[in-house]
Amino acid sequence: MTAQVAKPQAFVRELLGRSDYAIIGEIVEPRTKVLDLGCGDGDLLQWLAENKGVDARGVEKSSSKVQRAIARGVSVYQGDIDEGLADYPGGAFDYVILSQTLQETHHPRTVLREMLRVGRRAIVAFPNFGHWRMRFSLLLGGRAPITARFPHNWYDSPNIHILTVQDFEELVQLDGIRVERRYFLAGGRKVSVRPNLLAETAVYLVSGASR
Amino acid sequence: MIVESNVVRFDCMPLDNGAKLAPVEVAYETYGELNARKSNAILILHAFSGDAHAAGISHETGKPGWWDNMIGPGKAFDTNRYFVLCANVLGGCRGSTGPSSVNPATGCPYAMAFPVITIGDMVRLQKMLIDWFGIERLLAVSGGSMGGMQALEWAVSYPDSVVSAIPIACTTRHSAQQIAFNEVGRQAIMADPDWNEGNYYGRQLPARGLAVARMVGHITYMSDDSMREKFGRRLRGKENFGYAFDVDFEVESYLRYRGSEFVNRFDANSYLYITKAMDYFDLVNGHGSLAAAFEAARARFLVISFSSDWLYPSYQSQEIVRALRARNCDVAYVELQSNYGHDAFLVDVAEQTDLIRGFLASTYEKAQ
Repeated sequence: MTAQVAKPQAFVRELLGRSDYAIIGEIVEPRTKVLDLGCGDGDLLQWLAENKGVDARGVEKSSSKVQRAIARGVSVYQGDIDEGLADYPGGAFDYVILSQTLQETHHPRTVLREMLRVGRRAIVAFPNFGHWRMRFSLLLGGRAPITARFPHNWYDSPNIHILTVQDFEELVQLDGIRVERRYFLAGGRKVSVRPNLLAETAVYLVSGASR
Repeated sequence: MIVESNVVRFDCMPLDNGAKLAPVEVAYETYGELNARKSNAILILHAFSGDAHAAGISHETGKPGWWDNMIGPGKAFDTNRYFVLCANVLGGCRGSTGPSSVNPATGCPYAMAFPVITIGDMVRLQKMLIDWFGIERLLAVSGGSMGGMQALEWAVSYPDSVVSAIPIACTTRHSAQQIAFNEVGRQAIMADPDWNEGNYYGRQLPARGLAVARMVGHITYMSDDSMREKFGRRLRGKENFGYAFDVDFEVESYLRYRGSEFVNRFDANSYLYITKAMDYFDLVNGHGSLAAAFEAARARFLVISFSSDWLYPSYQSQEIVRALRARNCDVAYVELQSNYGHDAFLVDVAEQTDLIRGFLASTYEKAQ
């Protein structure tokens, strides 16, 4: 486990009701080009466009969410994350964001690789399946855990590739992906120790292999 | 909103086939006010059988425009904010120069002596009109079906004159199926003895051929679902089959009505020329790939398709979107759910309105 966060525990500001958005909002530099994968109704993109002057684009599977995004003026296209990135030329974006969606993709490893092809950097936020509540639920209940972060029954869950902080750390190491920054969150607080056990959400800023 | 059509005449225009057309007239309507900077102009592009009367109530006919549900105060193309223009296409029969216009060389209608025209030619004439207005950049070009093809042509041919493009239910090139339906329509017209090699002006019109062509067209504009909903197997004004070949079914009555009504407002030769222009349209032509064709494009795009449109299926819109992504162009796309088939862009406009209103507002804001 290489994850280390020096800062003491502190409340994290919320952006649009979400603390991972607040972190992403901090990370993204002004006037950059951003692609948000699984952007929902484009609320984060709209915020980034209005407050950071970014050139904001998005991909979303749900037709009704795409409609709401376009109606609020954000350039979103209806499509699948697993396939959608292939069309873009390399280095088309400064940031490619994947927020709470990595565990829903069919080929997360390919998606990550593609994100770092079309973007100079990637921001990945995902729910940590290693959180102690999940572990307890499974250990004591003996059933696929249902929590605030994983609210679905196993049979209708969109989460097909659940992962832990530890899992993600191992994958980036395996694929030679450089972690520039990592943030761990639980209940609106930053987590500084044992993130694999204590973090509900992880946010990573990563870039392509430096070799 | 009572509106009137106007006509501008130009001395001459070059055509893609190498010929020149002189003179050439273009009929247009406008709605709303052009602002001082001329930065709020939107060009609406009509589909195959449309005309310049896109919105408002016609001063002459008392009829609403073909996209009156989309254009007007507070509507998707909000005439309180934008200056909206629509022109009849080159080759048309509703005020712009076409095969029914008088050929100055003979003093008679051109008929089949009219040069074969392209979507590119239609757009070139629209550009002349826009220049005549002194508009350097259009805030948006938009239309469905053939109107969408023109919007794409605009974005590629005049990239510096278009801030945004909204092609709806269209394609970058006709498939074999689309060409096939057009050819059935053309053959129906040309098989009518009254067509007379195109020389029917002042005589009996090829009404039967044109009506059959239109009937085929209307089938392709609807969907299986919408036809079932609208007609089912209901009989027309009778309880039992007539055991004859006059109208039994409601759908037969509808198609016959649509066919005969069309004859009164559309020129059969325009049908031939305009469908040919659609079939020839191919954005890839001379570029190698669609992505290469979009190399020059600078516009922001909103592409819309409809789930039940089998004449211009969503995959054709998605091809546009993929090529634009490959060029890293700014593109938004959605497939709207509708049962209305290809007609959806004309009749099922609630969701389309929200999309276009939001897209235009943000485009206008960025462009100022």
